Amino acid sequence: MIIDILSGGVRGGTSLLFAGLGETISERAGVINLGTEGAMLVGALGGYAVTFHTGSPWLGVLGGAAAGALLALVHAVLVVSRGANQYASGLTLFFLALGLTALFGVDYVSRQITAFTPVKIPVLGDIPVVGPVLFDHDPLVYAGYVVVPLVAWVMFRTRAGLLLRSAGERADALGVNGYSVVAVRYAAVVSGGALAGIGGAHISIAYANSWFENMIAGRGFIAVSLVIFAMWHPVNVLLGAYLFGAALSLASVLQANGVDVNQFALNAIPFLMTLVVLTVLGKRTLRKAPDELLKVLETAKA
Amino acid sequence: MTLSSARRTPTRRHVTSLLAGAAIAGLALSACTSATESDAGAGESSSGAAPGEGATTVGFIAVGPQDDFGYNQAVHDGIRAVAETHPDLEILEAYNIPENDQAVEALQTMVDQGATVLFATSFGHLDAAQQVAEANPDVAVLHQGGLIDDTSPENLGTYYGTVYEPVYLAGIAAGAATETGVLGFVYGYPVPQVVANINAFTLGAQSVNPDVETIAVSTTSWCDPATQADRAASLISQGADVLTQHQDCTKTIIEAAEAAGVYSVGFHADASELAPQGWLAGSEWDWTELYPSIIDTVVDGDFIGSEYDANYRGGAANGNSPFVPSTLGASVTPETKALIDAAQTELESGWTPFTGPIMGQDGATPVIPEGTALTSDDADQMDYFVAGVTGNLAG
Repeated sequence: MIIDILSGGVRGGTSLLFAGLGETISERAGVINLGTEGAMLVGALGGYAVTFHTGSPWLGVLGGAAAGALLALVHAVLVVSRGANQYASGLTLFFLALGLTALFGVDYVSRQITAFTPVKIPVLGDIPVVGPVLFDHDPLVYAGYVVVPLVAWVMFRTRAGLLLRSAGERADALGVNGYSVVAVRYAAVVSGGALAGIGGAHISIAYANSWFENMIAGRGFIAVSLVIFAMWHPVNVLLGAYLFGAALSLASVLQANGVDVNQFALNAIPFLMTLVVLTVLGKRTLRKAPDELLKVLETAKA
Repeated sequence: MTLSSARRTPTRRHVTSLLAGAAIAGLALSACTSATESDAGAGESSSGAAPGEGATTVGFIAVGPQDDFGYNQAVHDGIRAVAETHPDLEILEAYNIPENDQAVEALQTMVDQGATVLFATSFGHLDAAQQVAEANPDVAVLHQGGLIDDTSPENLGTYYGTVYEPVYLAGIAAGAATETGVLGFVYGYPVPQVVANINAFTLGAQSVNPDVETIAVSTTSWCDPATQADRAASLISQGADVLTQHQDCTKTIIEAAEAAGVYSVGFHADASELAPQGWLAGSEWDWTELYPSIIDTVVDGDFIGSEYDANYRGGAANGNSPFVPSTLGASVTPETKALIDAAQTELESGWTPFTGPIMGQDGATPVIPEGTALTSDDADQMDYFVAGVTGNLAG
């Protein structure tokens, strides 16, 4: 039962992992994107459509990333170039994505695709407990294991990462040193959208293997919540994504075991956990937040 | 004419879903398509004809997309049948209409375009159907699945099928096929119809395999494929070797069952092509007889007081069920098929699977006492699981 919960957490948490990583990158550069749910939706549809037409789920991943990046690009234009309110832009883009994917997704609802299937890793997959939990999944789950350290390394050990964090912490200084804050933020928001798109594609072409309108069903908002929970750190995003995934999976496992639970209460667990973090750490969460993001967050407070 | 109607449909649907998004976003786009014309239309109510008599235009609204491999696709197929049987009727269709004021809006817009027969095809459209019926006494309004009483306007009728009958038959196939004795049932919300289906499925399985257990798990959504995938994985991990469901979108669970090598029992539509190995049985909608029959009655001016005027339920006994068994899978044995046929004959003779004594989940307290047989209206109010079902109704 514990193995089922943990394994379900890793599998179900992977979409949250990609979307949460993307949101972390964006927020590290000082831009909050509440349109992550929308980027996941277009990613899910883009991934499904490309997989259907090409027969290759790997090309589907690219399609999902491209769709997510495109939606995020609109967000970047609005908030970075036009100085629009970040919350309003993000939410509007979510609703736009909801309507557009319902519109263009109709043709894909009952189509069958060649989806990703679980690939058990030799040797590692046979280890008791660890094997089924970590090494018997679809390829995108494994990609998540690689992407997290990669993003962490780029963020904290490379010049590009320094520029990214500078755009989020000291945008003025970045400008003084001759770098373009605008360019850095564009890159961050768009790559964040691409990752969210991959997260959405994981749901449609590796997890549920279907396209239906509104199929992300709030997971994009869980991902935004996850970034606060993870204090803007990629490694924490990984842990938080699997934890939130396990919380969602708990509902399945408990019900299947006949345990008397309230389904609706279980659905709220990720948000409750984020609330606990916010309550316990209070202002300390904000100290971890990128300074430029604080300007946005504190405007909202007033 | 069918062509032009078909072309109009997507436009309306797209406008609606975009509007839905905009409205929730708080952008306060108020749609005022119907207000002016409906005021003008109200003056016509003194014509003296019966509601919908001599109708030239009929309108349908559905809650979901027209090709969901499920409930709404069946509505769409029923409408196509009407177009064939009634080539002179103009047909208005609107899909993805939420179960709120937008349904009133959509129906009223159809009235303004000349529709005098309306079909509101989702359970949650009942309030809207009632409101529109009250505002337009000349229009015959039909609601799919609702239960109404004498306080409803006489130009409102409801119709449906005894849905649990084919589900009981499918349960026989599941009970005969299972090797683990564990069946998995994924459902959206525990509304009475769903509860009745879970019970009927279990009773059908128990009729051939008394020790069978059905694990019933909820997704708290009519269509959330990712959660469905998670539920299916958990059920299979618990030893379920037959999966069935009561969801609007059914593809994910059927494909998950097939991939895991367990049996599938379908719901809403024949999806045997998704599970060539594991497909056992299923139940599917077929409105192609009932819709035209209702429209004939209305157009002839005979709607008021007809069987369609309140709580019509087509079933095996009256031979007019809109919910029928799907094709059986290749692995169903001739013996099992004979058992299913025998049960079908019993249903046709008026027998119901909800004939007491039937015990509740504790196995000791009767929920249907000896000597009691539930009517379909009783079953429409079911709020308990029978013995053999593992699951929690409160959640």
